[in-house]
Formats: sequence, structure tokens, C-alpha cells
Amino acid sequence: MVVATADPGAAQDELIACPTCDALHRIGAVPMGTRGICRRCGTTLAAPKARAMTRIVMLAATSLVLLVAAVFLPFLEISAGGMTRRSSVLDAALAFSDGITLPLTLAVAAFIIVVPALRLALIIHALAPMALGWHPARHAIPAFRLAETLRPWAMAEIFVIGVAVALVKVAGLATLHLGLAFWAFVLLVLVNVLNDNFMCRLTIWRTLEQRSRR
Amino acid sequence: MADPGTAQPALSAHAAGLCGCRVCGRVNPAEAVHCQRCGSRLDPEPGLQVVWAWMIAGMIAYVPANLYPMLRTSTMGRTSDSTIVGGAVELAQMGSWGVALIVLVASVAIPLAKFAAIGYLALAVHRRWPMRGHMRHRLHAVVEFIGRWSMIDVFVVAILAALVRFNLAASIAPGIAAVSFALSVAFTMLAAQSFDPRLIWRATEPETR
Repeated sequence: MVVATADPGAAQDELIACPTCDALHRIGAVPMGTRGICRRCGTTLAAPKARAMTRIVMLAATSLVLLVAAVFLPFLEISAGGMTRRSSVLDAALAFSDGITLPLTLAVAAFIIVVPALRLALIIHALAPMALGWHPARHAIPAFRLAETLRPWAMAEIFVIGVAVALVKVAGLATLHLGLAFWAFVLLVLVNVLNDNFMCRLTIWRTLEQRSRR
Repeated sequence: MADPGTAQPALSAHAAGLCGCRVCGRVNPAEAVHCQRCGSRLDPEPGLQVVWAWMIAGMIAYVPANLYPMLRTSTMGRTSDSTIVGGAVELAQMGSWGVALIVLVASVAIPLAKFAAIGYLALAVHRRWPMRGHMRHRLHAVVEFIGRWSMIDVFVVAILAALVRFNLAASIAPGIAAVSFALSVAFTMLAAQSFDPRLIWRATEPETR
């Protein structure tokens, strides 16, 4: 695996500081398909994969399409006492829209729709030209940095689990049917998990830097 | 240099007089303000003040989240308010011990454990308590991972309110506690994010400067 160096005089380009514990490593040639891990804390420092850029961009584009479907298609259908009510993700976000809970509407809409969509768009903007073998797009570096900052605040997958909990709670009161949008959301979560596996952030940053230079 | 396989203490960028970037791993000169690779702001001497500030804000917001109603349920013209703990007690009385336990763990035990964990990490780093193994590093990873999942409660309230509204016999409206709970979760996430895990390791390194 990657071996730490005790020689701070080495070229700074060859060195990498573990983002978790700050240990210095010399990042040599990590072979495709293997992982270089920090020898102090075990954080993955390099995980080059064949055609990773293309896969990340494809998965991000897939997620974006699924997200659009998830927002606009009916999400859940509830029927009780002969009455039926359809509800979309937007309805759930707008549930807090009256009175003092109004700011929460904006926050919920941001967490489950706006931030995930923005993040995917930024990833595509930053990495798609590189996946095609071109130079990185303009502002690719700030775009990818913003995508990274937004990562903890994109909560689509938490929303899906929330739906499952809500189903258990309402199950006694009424009959529920899951709409197409729910399955779009489930797929979205799976695709995102795949994408996070493909994404070794430090490797992407190094590639971005190397290709921006020319 | 010794054989890398032996337990030789790792040299950190900080100890070598350099400044590592937490976003992209780039090693920058100590005097750099922005990372040369990704442009993130570098923080060579991360402090704990911000961590304490967000954590206390999270604890303050957590108090009304428990005192005020989270859900306002109206069934056949009767309105009843339920707080987080009240709701769990109701569930338990109805016999759903499992669900009641999940609610209690997710919205009471986990938030309290998060405050305790962040407080412990900050104190341990500040007081330079002796450390063995990877316990603190793992604790920080768990707190950062679990933080966003507490938002699940807020989403459940939103979904319930969207579903069970108007034309059905029962209606559910979100209470003010949903807002303060969401704020508490967000503040705790910010506290965990502003805690720099490199401090955990730096506390064990010999002082170089």
C-alpha cells in the first residue's frame, strides 16, 4: 500500500496529507483497482478505477433524471373511508407551509429536492468534459468543491427511510399505495450509493488538477 | 528511514511544517491561505470554539423540541398534541413496543449521545487526555455519519402531514417542535463538521513548535 515518507523536502506534488489525520504519504503509482489507505487511520487515499469518470458522470445523469421523476410523479396514495388522496414529494415539502413552520418548508424542499439536484448538476458540469477526454470545464474546481460541501445536506435517501417509517405509523389508519415516484426515489438512492463507491475524492481532485494545468 | 512495516509514528503535514488540505489532501506551504489544488480555505490551527458554539446552539434548540408538540392530531373534531416522548409513550400503551423503542432511540438517545460524543471529543483534544487505538477517530466518523439521519423525524412529520390532511377523518399538523428539532439536528451536524479530526491525532503528537 502507500508508504509514508519522512522526507518533507520531497516535491509537494508527490505528497498527500490524509484528510482525517494529517499523516503525510508519498502517493506513488497505486495500481488500477487497488486502494491506497492511510497507514495511521485507514482512510482511503487513492482508489483509481478504470473509466471511473465516465461511470460517475453516467450515474449522476441517471440520478438527475430519477430525481425529476420522483418530484413530479405521485408519491403515495392513501385511501380511507372511500376517499383517496394522492400526494407528491412537493406536497410533503409544502406540509409546513402555514404559520410558524414556514421556514421548515424551505429547508425540507432544499434537503430533498434542491440540494440533491444542484449537487448532481455540479458533478456533471465538473467531470463530464473530463470523462469525454477534454479539458475540465471552466470553474470545474469551485463547482466540484461546492458539490463536496453540499454532500452532507443532500438527504434524499433519508427521506426514503422516512417514508417507510411514516407508512408504519399510518398503516392502521388507512390503506396506502406506493406511487411511481417512490420507486424512482428508491432507485435514486441505490444509484447514489453506487456513485459514492466509484468516487474516490482525492483521486478526482488530483486528476482535476493535472488536467487543468495543460 | 525505518522499515515502513514497523510501528513508526507517522509524520503529519503539520509536524513537517506544511499544511494539508482537508478537502483534497494537497500539501501546501504552511503560510498558504487557500489550497493550491482545490481553493478551499486552509486552517492550519483549527480551534474548538466553533465546535462548542454549534454544539451549545444544538443543545439549546433541543430543549423546545422536547417540550413543545411535534404533531397535532385531530380525530373527529378532537385535537391532541403529542411531544416526542409523549408520542412514544402513547405507542407503547397501544402495545407497539418496537416502534416506541425506535422513536425513543432515534429522537432521544441518539441526539443525546451525539452531544455527549462531540463534547467528549472536544474535551479530550483540549485536555490532551491519553488515547489508545482508534476509538476517537471511529467515534468522530460515527457521529458525522449518523448526524444527518436524525433528520428522519422531521421528514416523517412532513410526510404524515402531507398525507393525512383535510378530507380524511383524521388530520395531522406539524408542531413547533418539528422546527426546533430540525434546527437542533442541523446545528449538531455543523458542530461535527467543524470538529477537525486531525486534532485527535495532533493531541498525541509531540509539540514541534
